[in-house]
Amino acid sequence: MDIDIVNAAVLLANFVVVPAIAYGSQLALGALGITLVYGILRFANFSHGDLMAFGTMAAILGTWQLQAWGIGLGLLPTALLALPVGIAAAVAAALAADRTVFRFYRVRRSAPMVLSIASVGVMFVLNGVVRVIVGPDDRSFSDGARYLINAREFKSVTGLSEGLSVRTSQVLTLALAVAAVAALFWFLQRTRAGKAMRAYSDNEDLALLSGVEPDRVVLLTWAIAASLAAIAGTLYGLDKSFQPFTYLQLLLPMFAAAIVGGIGQPMGAIAGGFLVAFSEIALTYPYKKFLRYVLPEDMQPDGLVQLLSTDYKLSVSFAILVVVLLWRPTGLFRGRVL
Amino acid sequence: MRANARAVIGFSVVAAALLAVGMGQSWSVSLAVFNLCLISAVMALGVNIQWGYAGLFNVGTMAFAALGGLAAVLVSQPPVHDAMAAGGAGLLAAVAMTCLAAGSVWLACRLLPRGRPRALGIAAAAVAGYFAVAAFFDPAVEAIEAVDPSTSGYLGGLGLPIMLSWAAGGLLAAGAAWAIGRVALGLRADYFAIATLGISEIVIAVLKNEDWLARGVKNVTGLDRPVPYEIDLQQAGWFLELVRVLNSDALAGLAEAEYAAALRELTVEASGIFVKLCYAGLFLAVLLIVLALSERALRSPWGRMMRAVRDNETAAEALGKDVYRRHMQVFVLGSAVVGVAGAMLVTLDGQFTPNSYNPLRFTFLIWVMVIVGGSGNNLGAVLGGFIVWLSWIEAEPLALWAVDALTAAMAEGDPIRVRLVEAAAHVRPILMGTILLLVMRFSPRGVIPETVGR
Repeated sequence: MDIDIVNAAVLLANFVVVPAIAYGSQLALGALGITLVYGILRFANFSHGDLMAFGTMAAILGTWQLQAWGIGLGLLPTALLALPVGIAAAVAAALAADRTVFRFYRVRRSAPMVLSIASVGVMFVLNGVVRVIVGPDDRSFSDGARYLINAREFKSVTGLSEGLSVRTSQVLTLALAVAAVAALFWFLQRTRAGKAMRAYSDNEDLALLSGVEPDRVVLLTWAIAASLAAIAGTLYGLDKSFQPFTYLQLLLPMFAAAIVGGIGQPMGAIAGGFLVAFSEIALTYPYKKFLRYVLPEDMQPDGLVQLLSTDYKLSVSFAILVVVLLWRPTGLFRGRVL
Repeated sequence: MRANARAVIGFSVVAAALLAVGMGQSWSVSLAVFNLCLISAVMALGVNIQWGYAGLFNVGTMAFAALGGLAAVLVSQPPVHDAMAAGGAGLLAAVAMTCLAAGSVWLACRLLPRGRPRALGIAAAAVAGYFAVAAFFDPAVEAIEAVDPSTSGYLGGLGLPIMLSWAAGGLLAAGAAWAIGRVALGLRADYFAIATLGISEIVIAVLKNEDWLARGVKNVTGLDRPVPYEIDLQQAGWFLELVRVLNSDALAGLAEAEYAAALRELTVEASGIFVKLCYAGLFLAVLLIVLALSERALRSPWGRMMRAVRDNETAAEALGKDVYRRHMQVFVLGSAVVGVAGAMLVTLDGQFTPNSYNPLRFTFLIWVMVIVGGSGNNLGAVLGGFIVWLSWIEAEPLALWAVDALTAAMAEGDPIRVRLVEAAAHVRPILMGTILLLVMRFSPRGVIPETVGR
């Protein structure tokens, strides 16, 4: 019986907890960018998913170049070395978009809706650029050791009948996400520029009166949001695979995470990201095998015990979004209502 | 420039472009583009009703287009009696269970005291309801999908003429819009946008996965047609006579064998064009009806009220206008128009393929049409539909042509050339985004700006 409980726990860890932590970290990084832009520039940025794709694309091109030169990191994926390229490209793209598109509307204080529609235009352009440069197909760019913990080795070491596999990309995701978030919080809480950003988000006019430079705040916001997007996108690409269209589909869970957490609340975006990721994976996982370990012999279920078909993943994030909006419109962390 | 002059110039340019396509590529291509332009224009009118009249930022157009397409299947396909016998009763029971579950959740909501008892009661009712519905639904679906899965495996439709589905598509989309509006319209504008984006993805997910409804990703092909088939035309005496008369110059003086071959070729070409012309006539009729009705509505006191709601919600509310209900009205009406267009599109394609619906093409592109054409102006939305669809569809051949011209000096298999040719296919979104951004920046009111009568 006891060993069954351990087996069940390992099973759940392998198929739900570990993937959800990795996916949640990726969503959280993306949602942080959305929430920053939302909170400081005050519009829903529909181009964030494609900004992610753009940064990832640059990182992939960098990886391929490094691979061609024979430079690698051994066990770690080469993409880690190419990540700065991706970040630089994403930041450049975001700043270029701001300079050519968003600034115009910001200066004349257009309605947030207008900026959102403009971001749709930016989304189109970025989407096309990514597809022109790398094409619409699946691109694989992960290398190095695939697994940190191999299911088979895990089984032979522990003697359990269930294996636990942890991919390098998953650990890397968590590590990078923690580092990025720690750096972000340190920046927002401790530095002058970070405080200026928070002040600007809180009350634009008051911040301006206190001598906060708006252009600098905007520049920093884009730089941070785009860097986080590039990191999240590259990690997602390493973890799953890179396909330009999937990033458009990540937009919805990321928005859900940002809104559920409370707009303008970095902590909320992270919590929202994990909430969305865990619900998506937990609700679409078939619990048949898990229940076989936990339940006594005569209570075995016949079906898969899957609450939702895997294809309805997207609807989970949306359902969470609606419930939270109806029940607590400011989000879990009392964000702003713009 | 007056709006009328802009409209005349705009439509002339579009007509010239269509003629150019006809002469440069072929008349068949030109007519195919024209047909899709008409459908796009109807969709754009639907979005214009929502955004242009009342400022509703609905980013879920795709869902309503797809629901219109679903209606085309459900109305026109012959019913599958075996599947009905196998799972119809189970499905009905599942529907009954759903009502029962919804009822008990509602009762729990009403009767139990606030706080923990109510939350627990609702949760219990919902969970019990889920399992009760699943108990009937899952076996029924399995039975239906097991009936001849390679050709049917779904309930089929009503076996009615497909033209009826255009109205049915509008009704289905309107019903869905009402239900969605109940949940989403209470939200703030930008949340509403994200919510509709989410709902549209869910609708597509349902259409892809519920095989019992319309075969999901296995697609329904060979739908009924409101116009004659090419192959029948080619055998019809009156049609052959028509081709002969129209081409009497080209056919004159040919020897017997050559004459037959030339006539055959001309007939094949003419039959394709004839079918497309029939479609164009039908679509044009729908477009004109919708346009006339929209124009009528916009110029009525109702339209004025909508503009008031759009321009200043608070002031409109202070004057006693029920903003929520007005939003609901335009949301339902606009979605219905999009649904009609969706049904027309599936009719034209002759097949329903849930995989083909993606937000870029069916939501954001329609938005570009409205904004480029001139939001708030019906004629503008129509023109936007024409311009944007034309550039969307012709961007690829034009880019290919440009690449060919640029790389003419290179060898056939040159990697750079191959790469450029591949890339040419993807310039569409870049072009669309650029058009949208340029119009927003330099002509924010669109090609034909809104005219407000005093």
